[in-house]
Amino acid sequence: MSSVGARLARKEDPRLLRGRGRFGDDISVPGQLWARVVRSPSAHGHVNDLDVTQAAKAPGIAAVVTAADLPAGLVIPVRLAVPGPDLSGYLQPVLAGTTVRYVGEPLAVVVGEDPYACEDAAELVEIDISERTAVLDARTPDSPTAAELTRGYGDVEAAFAAARHVVRIELAIGRHSGVPLEPRCLLAVPHCDTGSLDIFGMTKVPVFNRDLLARLLGLDETLIHVHGVDAGGGFGVRGEFYPEDFLVPWLALTLNRPVKWAEDRAEHLVAVNHSRQQHHRVAAAFDGDGRILALDDDVTHDNGAYCRTHGVAVPELTVAMLPGPYRVPAYRGRIRVVLTNKTPCGTYRAPGRFEGTAAREHLLDVAAGQLGLDRIELRRRNLLTRDETPHRRPIATLGTDLILDTGDYPALLAAAAGEADRLGYRALPAEPGVLHGFGLAMFVEKSGLGPQETADVTVSKSGAVHVYSGGTSVGQGIETVLAQIAADALGVEPGVVRVTTGDTAAQPFGAGSWASRSTVVGGSAVHLAATAVRERAVELAARILEAASEDLDVSDGAVIVRGDPGPCVSLAEIARAAEPASPYLRPGEPAGLSARRRFEASHMTYPYGAHAAVVAVDPGTGQVRVLRYLVAYEVGRAVNPTLVEGQLRGGVAQGIGGALFEEFRYDDAGQPQAITFIEYRMPTAAEVPPVDLLVCQDAPSPGNPLGVMGAGEGGVNAVGAAVANAVRDALGLTGGVGQLPLTPARVRELWEARHDG
Amino acid sequence: MKDTAKDMHPITVRVNGRHHELVVEARRTLADMLRHDLGYTGTHLGCEHGICGACTVILDGQPARACLVFGVQADGAEVRTVEGLADGEALSDLQQAFSDHHALQCGFCTPGFLMLIEAYLAEAGADAGELAEQQARELVASNLCRCTGYQGIVAAVLATARARRGAP
Repeated sequence: MSSVGARLARKEDPRLLRGRGRFGDDISVPGQLWARVVRSPSAHGHVNDLDVTQAAKAPGIAAVVTAADLPAGLVIPVRLAVPGPDLSGYLQPVLAGTTVRYVGEPLAVVVGEDPYACEDAAELVEIDISERTAVLDARTPDSPTAAELTRGYGDVEAAFAAARHVVRIELAIGRHSGVPLEPRCLLAVPHCDTGSLDIFGMTKVPVFNRDLLARLLGLDETLIHVHGVDAGGGFGVRGEFYPEDFLVPWLALTLNRPVKWAEDRAEHLVAVNHSRQQHHRVAAAFDGDGRILALDDDVTHDNGAYCRTHGVAVPELTVAMLPGPYRVPAYRGRIRVVLTNKTPCGTYRAPGRFEGTAAREHLLDVAAGQLGLDRIELRRRNLLTRDETPHRRPIATLGTDLILDTGDYPALLAAAAGEADRLGYRALPAEPGVLHGFGLAMFVEKSGLGPQETADVTVSKSGAVHVYSGGTSVGQGIETVLAQIAADALGVEPGVVRVTTGDTAAQPFGAGSWASRSTVVGGSAVHLAATAVRERAVELAARILEAASEDLDVSDGAVIVRGDPGPCVSLAEIARAAEPASPYLRPGEPAGLSARRRFEASHMTYPYGAHAAVVAVDPGTGQVRVLRYLVAYEVGRAVNPTLVEGQLRGGVAQGIGGALFEEFRYDDAGQPQAITFIEYRMPTAAEVPPVDLLVCQDAPSPGNPLGVMGAGEGGVNAVGAAVANAVRDALGLTGGVGQLPLTPARVRELWEARHDG
Repeated sequence: MKDTAKDMHPITVRVNGRHHELVVEARRTLADMLRHDLGYTGTHLGCEHGICGACTVILDGQPARACLVFGVQADGAEVRTVEGLADGEALSDLQQAFSDHHALQCGFCTPGFLMLIEAYLAEAGADAGELAEQQARELVASNLCRCTGYQGIVAAVLATARARRGAP
């Protein structure tokens, strides 16, 4: 009996299918007030006056607060610090004081009895701003720089000087982001009797956010209870600590009333972390056989108006991960983190890798053309081989050494290319008026960031198994996966396992769900805790059955004697035998059938894969359709293959959005041009083809007891690269495509320029 | 200065077969009325401007974006929400097909897709069994999902359509 590896139906499905999920805005309490954030209408300016008089007098309004009402000097600190740069001068205030730096920056909050009345009153706040020039192009020389990072090793200059071939391209990645379908929501409920605070709506890193909130409010952290809720998609952006995460709880405590805030979509598109916008000038030096001698990337990263909770983690990941799965003797990645008058940035699924993979893999396609080599052959010559892993790169990222722990990259490339050919990717029947193109890209992902995750596993007196994980549910199916892991380790059916996530009281040491860490680090913690419970159950059963522990085994929720069908004691009976005052407990032994265990990870584990795309380009209209898409991906071990496939397919859809459609554009005054789903164009079922998958389990991770690697980001990582390569192939370009997304206008420009050339 | 009193209207509406009488402000959306006045929180709001379709309900037999309809417009109407799909504890065939085909991840868009597809299949009747994949894709393209890549949703539509055709 093994649950791990089985395609079990998700535990989350029944409630979500019946409308019984509990999302943030589904929770209301009697007497709650609603909050509406007043946001800057200007991209950059001096706030001369903020007159809230009329707003405060509007019917049903309880309070209007501005920066002047808040504790002085409140800024949101960096959660994910990269050693080196001092970002303290670039952090975002909770409410803007005398300067606004992007359209959408919070200026004031209106609180009232009814959300419609709050929106009306928010319109009555009079905002007087003297506009200043907005910085909108990160590449202008005088744009303010928050940090400059360099990662690399070896003598890059010498390698380029000695090279037979040098190939350079420029590639700009468009500004886009996670845009989960559920906007943010937060409900804070104060309890005046105890001074405590219940919070609904935080996710991703609830314990971190609780501790930060406690510090900012001057409260003991145990007085704040963040409850687990369903979340309508995370993708990196949801659950970070934003200004509203302070404002709503602070208002609740200050007014001594429950306060709820439900973001609308127009707010979301200007308030929640943007991501991805970078300009790469990347070059490779090759010898006469097409072997890479050096890589050099010079990146400009448009971070928006402030450094938020991710600090400079995304730029760091970009340059740290850029060499990918290749043998690169010398490397230099430089990145300038520029502040502009746009919504600030953070992580979005495969942060830094979507961008870096696109730059590197597009460069390789251009290089193959210049060197006269087949694109796949060029990659094959340069991939690290199985004998070369583990491969230590003299680069640190997110405070860990970059060690490509395991894998057979050439085998995966061969499998992907073979599968694409088997499926006829390069032999599609011609369509009149349409150009077909094939593109392929290789990549390395990262997953399982530590330093730790904690899990508690408890068997209750009914025999039910309860898992309290520090992970959070953002749609990925964590409840199902952790139940499968616990079931196998403990020896029960997954159906009796109940998984609680995202609750700071139930699991006060949780590190959260991000960085493709839930199965790897969270799952390993559950495995350890459930294994410990199993050992404890056997120990107690030995006393009950008067047998030797080594003769006992756990099967289907009961401890049995090996080879003897007679004696048997259920986990429910053992849980009762572990009650206080039980004769089976020895003096000093803790009561209860439970264990808390921590899994510590000092290094990440690095899954890898290949994407292949077939596109149809209409040179007349510039429209690009993705006809076929393949993801080949190594996960070490798939706990639930259906869920792995779901992660990969969903990632591809988001990647197609970033490659072809989605972009946060600004006009010359810094006014955002994508403030509804009409302008921010996410792909529908009409734009996303069926995705072919090759999920490989050939390289179990050596770094955790389950052998797993993360699957959350492998679907999106290389989509920009594969689509760019396919469009370039379709158009027959000798250079690169220059920028993503490949909108019809951009494709038309490329086609026209090709004819001019 | 305009009158600050709310423009309230008494209405009656049936939701999932249950009769409700309430007084609702003229400008209140059907979605907010269902969610916050009547407690049908399975209807979700993803954009409030009619694009994402997460708030789709069946209004007098037709799929409708509940964010683009005022509550007062539902006076005397029959509304079906996601809470009305299952038969007691048993999931409907369409709900079960969603689970079988991994057509949901975070589940936020799911109620809107279910109501959209349910309305379509009910109207198509026996013809639904002939549904081609391309038609199913066009139907599914009415709404936005950010998690699944749509493949499972399309598969669930086709499986349900075929199973219903096979039913007596």
